[in-house]
Amino acid sequence: MKLKFLAAPAAALLLAGSVAGCSGASAKSKTVEASAQNGHLTIGISFDRPGLGIKSPDGTFKGFDVDVARYVASKLGVQESSITWKEATPAQRESLIQNGQVDYVVNTYSINDARKEKVAFAGPYFLAGQSLLVRADNTDITGPESLNGGKKLCSVTGSTPAQNIKKNYSKDAQLQEYDTPSACVEALKSGAVDAMTTDDIQLAGYAAANPGKVKLVGKTFSKENYGIGLKKDDTSGRAKINDAIQSMIDDGSWAKAFQSNIGPSGYALPAKPVIDRY
Amino acid sequence: MSGSGTTIRTLYDVPGPRAKALNILVSVLCVLGLAAAGWWVSSALAEKGQLAAEKWEPFVTPEMWLTYLLPGILGTLQAAAFAIVLAIILGILLGVGRLSENRTVRYSCGAVVEFFRAIPLLILMIFCFQLFADYALFPSTELAVAAVVTGLALSNGAVIAEIVRAGIKAIPRGQGEAAIALGLGNGQTLRMILLPQAITAMLPAIVAQLVVALKDTALGYQITYVEAVRQGIQAGSAYSNYIPALVVIALVMIAINLGLSRLATYFENRLRSGRKPALKPAVEEVVVPQT
Amino acid sequence: MDILNEYGDQLFAAFLTTLQLTMLSALGSLLLGTMLTAMRVSPVWALRTLATGYVNIVRNTPLTLVVLFASFGLAQQLGITLADPKSPTSITDSSFRLAVLAFSLYTATFVSEALRAGVNTVPLGQSEAARSLGLGFLQGLRYIVLPQAFRAVIAPLGSILIALTKNTTVASVIGVAEAALLMKEMIENTSALIVVGLIFGAGFMCLTIPTGAAFGHLSKKFEVKR
Repeated sequence: MKLKFLAAPAAALLLAGSVAGCSGASAKSKTVEASAQNGHLTIGISFDRPGLGIKSPDGTFKGFDVDVARYVASKLGVQESSITWKEATPAQRESLIQNGQVDYVVNTYSINDARKEKVAFAGPYFLAGQSLLVRADNTDITGPESLNGGKKLCSVTGSTPAQNIKKNYSKDAQLQEYDTPSACVEALKSGAVDAMTTDDIQLAGYAAANPGKVKLVGKTFSKENYGIGLKKDDTSGRAKINDAIQSMIDDGSWAKAFQSNIGPSGYALPAKPVIDRY
Repeated sequence: MSGSGTTIRTLYDVPGPRAKALNILVSVLCVLGLAAAGWWVSSALAEKGQLAAEKWEPFVTPEMWLTYLLPGILGTLQAAAFAIVLAIILGILLGVGRLSENRTVRYSCGAVVEFFRAIPLLILMIFCFQLFADYALFPSTELAVAAVVTGLALSNGAVIAEIVRAGIKAIPRGQGEAAIALGLGNGQTLRMILLPQAITAMLPAIVAQLVVALKDTALGYQITYVEAVRQGIQAGSAYSNYIPALVVIALVMIAINLGLSRLATYFENRLRSGRKPALKPAVEEVVVPQT
Repeated sequence: MDILNEYGDQLFAAFLTTLQLTMLSALGSLLLGTMLTAMRVSPVWALRTLATGYVNIVRNTPLTLVVLFASFGLAQQLGITLADPKSPTSITDSSFRLAVLAFSLYTATFVSEALRAGVNTVPLGQSEAARSLGLGFLQGLRYIVLPQAFRAVIAPLGSILIALTKNTTVASVIGVAEAALLMKEMIENTSALIVVGLIFGAGFMCLTIPTGAAFGHLSKKFEVKR
């Protein structure tokens, strides 16, 4: 008797579960080329980083990473209108690629050995390095060493750049962690923190979005090679994307994309990357 | 639970002339204090440039709403609606299960309820999100929503289970005994006699729980779910107006939640003015926030 | 076991922070909540309106926003950092104290709601009797009404305390090093998701289940028999 009474809601629950579950099966082994031949690509980018990948008010996406992603897609024969942009936050990038939920990721993705265990990298398409962003009128912070003396440094929660500074440069700098970089920029502008750290190109993006309020200081003090992440075993897709990056650098679109997105910050065009076809 | 302050009046006498003067004095001081605080806050904000027109103008453009805020609000409402339906189903199953005559069913339902009542929703969401991502249980577009809905459904389901259990237990014993005497089985008694009464009486508490679920979707912000707070922050990032964006999002959320609270009060009043419920709400029904 | 060896100290510190956040905010919200209740039942119109307005607004704001406002609004815009800006640990102190403040402000609204329901359970004759003895409004509230109201709402207050314990996880958005922040870090740095989940689940159960049991016991012990 009781079982019968329970049956209806139980069935509803099962149904809800299975509806959600069924759509979960995605083609795991699909390569970038196969997707491109179907005429459709899903690309992981960031949605909230000015200068790199940001959703603009009219719903389109802008930024250096977005331009790179778009150029690569066009070389693979996919029109802009057939691209699905997907937000790939730093913590999710590997799992999105591994699960086949995006075809490739162009989102300030540093190539390193730990990540190479899980995904493959095309590129690098940009050579970045960790740097500092300070208020425009600040003169006493010139590099990571000058954060000593209890200077307040902001970084994104659990990120390596902040740990790098505390470990290797300024041991008694104070660290404020927020979960979005835009919160750090806000804290910097209001004077709550003295500096913010992450890779130079990202900081330059914020400087370009807040002209006259913040500036980059000092040299970079780490080397980050940004690559395009894709499935680990997709060797031919990697070669195709490498070709696309090479042609973007060669035909001048690369420099143009940099100038139009990052240029307003006054940040000089860095050296062209050399593609690593490992 | 909110609004009606009619029964409270009797904690004090009708004020005499001295008390009246005192009341007016305190009221005036209150208003003055509030005005001073308001003035101080707004001048501090103005000094920091937060009241500048260009920080607020974007909020009257259609792009702001179409690209950022409305999708976020929609995401919040969707997740909350989906979660509350699952939570109610789960809550009824678990609540009834805890009253089962079968010891195994009773204890296992009790364990599930206690477990999900003890775990913070945020921890649950972060865990579900990573679990779903690692094992590819949902497509990437649905990943965050699945984690948010699962977390909300489990933790609110556990709360509703307790509401349902309390509701059934509060029904006078005579009701159940009469049903048995009429020859109804256990299941029939539950389904035809006990649950309808319990759920009618519990409806306000359940609607209030909807407000809680709606507010809790904001935790999805931490696992990249496209909900109101996250969209607000993205808008703040696009227009460089972080603080104004937070203020606007807060106003929108307060308005939606106040509306729902009103709905809860409306249900409550309708139930009270309609047929007399067999049980009167106990103090334990005070809506307790999950977050 | 490796995880426990590697993160043991940090886990202890994180849960200690969670516990501190809970205790201090519980104290703060109890004080503020009682004050709000007193204002809401007071004869003064302005106080009633102020308290009711406060409760309705704050209660309906997502906690994440309340915490963000404490950090960005109070500390950064208005300069109320709650910590000495010259101190070498000012950021950690400030974030922690702001989080306590935010949780107190938010939880006080629920304490006040519960307590007001408790005031409603005290028969009117009680406060009438208090007045006939010559007690003023505040005296009546303090000696007659509130003590009984508190006894009636011990169980709901326990639930609020449990909710508060769980809510302290939201402090991670402004970088307070409590349990949820550590959990995120551990998920990113280790691949043992299930183990990490179990550790934090167990940790919170250790905090919340005894609280629930204790308050259940207390509410029976102090129940007002009518």
